[in-house]
Amino acid sequence: MENVKIRVGDFNFYYGKAQVLKNISIDIVENKVTGIIGPSGCGKSTFLRSINRMNDTIIGARAQGRIIIDGRNIYDEDVDVVEIRRKVGMVFQKSNPFPKTIFDNVAYGLMVNGVKDKYYIQDRVEKSLRDAAIWDEVKDRLNKNAFELSGGQQQRLCIARALAVEPQIILMDEPASALDPTATLKIEELIQELKKKYTIIIVTHNMQQAARISDFTVFFMLGELIEYNITNIIFTKPAKKITEDYITGRFG
Amino acid sequence: MKIKQFKEMVGFGILRLCVGMVIFILVIILYDIISKGIGIISWKFLTAMPKNGMTEGGIFPAIVGTVLTTAITALLAIPLGMGCAIYLNEYAKDTLITRLIRMAIRNLAGVPSIVYGLFGVILFVETLNFGTCILSAGLTLGLMTLPWTITASEEALKNVPNSYREGALALGATKWQSIKTNVLPYAIPGMLTGTILGLSRAAGETAPILFTGAAFYLPFLPKSLFSQFMALPYHLYIMSTQHHAISKVRPIAYGTALVLIALVFAMNLFAVIIRYRLRKVRME
Repeated sequence: MENVKIRVGDFNFYYGKAQVLKNISIDIVENKVTGIIGPSGCGKSTFLRSINRMNDTIIGARAQGRIIIDGRNIYDEDVDVVEIRRKVGMVFQKSNPFPKTIFDNVAYGLMVNGVKDKYYIQDRVEKSLRDAAIWDEVKDRLNKNAFELSGGQQQRLCIARALAVEPQIILMDEPASALDPTATLKIEELIQELKKKYTIIIVTHNMQQAARISDFTVFFMLGELIEYNITNIIFTKPAKKITEDYITGRFG
Repeated sequence: MKIKQFKEMVGFGILRLCVGMVIFILVIILYDIISKGIGIISWKFLTAMPKNGMTEGGIFPAIVGTVLTTAITALLAIPLGMGCAIYLNEYAKDTLITRLIRMAIRNLAGVPSIVYGLFGVILFVETLNFGTCILSAGLTLGLMTLPWTITASEEALKNVPNSYREGALALGATKWQSIKTNVLPYAIPGMLTGTILGLSRAAGETAPILFTGAAFYLPFLPKSLFSQFMALPYHLYIMSTQHHAISKVRPIAYGTALVLIALVFAMNLFAVIIRYRLRKVRME
């Protein structure tokens, strides 16, 4: 049986007066990859950033409804945002390593969460870099600045950094959109590896990518969830005409 | 084609002329001061008290006075200015009130220094009853420097990419943690540079210290922060316009100007070095 990890119910989201997400309800399955597709400005990134409450930092943003993770609505008033973000990791569209050493980048999340034990930090850093499939490329230069890495390596470093704090869910916002095909392939293989341990939600512009890597696919348009199903079904026999039009490239 | 090239040449020529003129003026001023002031500079001139109605002796108390007031200025302007900048840039929401505050700060930077001087008299000398002294003068200069410090620090904070803040928050950092560990380390070189440039400007100001503590002639060092003091810019002003034997003390005036310029230059150099050092550490 498949477990539901995230349960979204009647979720609405506003920037000031503009409503960008309308009545979203969806169950996201544990240890699977859920891909979110849709035209630009459809609210898919906003939806992703609602799941770790990153939208809180935007002035005038307002959420309404439920996003329940492990039985707890993360929008309840007594919820600790910091705790949620530790549990729900995020990888951004543009790789954003900090201008620190490779080691310090990965150790950063542990440090801000109050971990002091040096040996534990060293272990976690190595393990996270291994899990992000970048250990062999950086193990001899952990004290070098992260900016010296290539674009693809920087993005895998950012994934390692997210893994270090042992999240349960990883949100990825077009993680490969700025990478070349080889680096993209590496990230995709990595995602297949990661879903054994983590629940992954990935926003992508690239239809082929969604078809290749995700188990479930969600189609968003104009802030509404149009269709949600097993990836195979969405791409072969979608229930709605508009979904079919989008995935066959009739509009974009 | 020929005309295009000619226009290009004229354009660049005018720009070069502008730069050349600025450098020319600067060189003339420096040459004048250095050539006429260097003769009097000696260890004795720098470390001796003025004598015989300031017609002989050195400028030691003026150097000490300027260094002490600048230190007070720094103690007020650095923490307060950086704190304000951090609040305005990182915490304050973009409302009408914060916009008004920002505008007020920008405008304060343009208030003439004599107005700060008068304000200092009312606030520090009279209301708080510090009297005319180093403390009053330093605090007045501090107030004058604040708008520059805040503006420069805010610019430095704005230059830190937002992805550093978001990246830290996404890993479970609190807002203050993300600022402390992932924003300030990269903003501090810029904040310090702007602040030190502001301080060096304050060190050369005369008007704000005129009524708040600078003295005409004191052939001894200040005993405490509540003493009156001599200061380089004020001393220079006296020596060049108010002295009873102006032509006789001309060399002393030039020597004072040279020392003041050297002091300000040293502070600016210090700012450049700090920035260079911190930037290097960050990139390694």
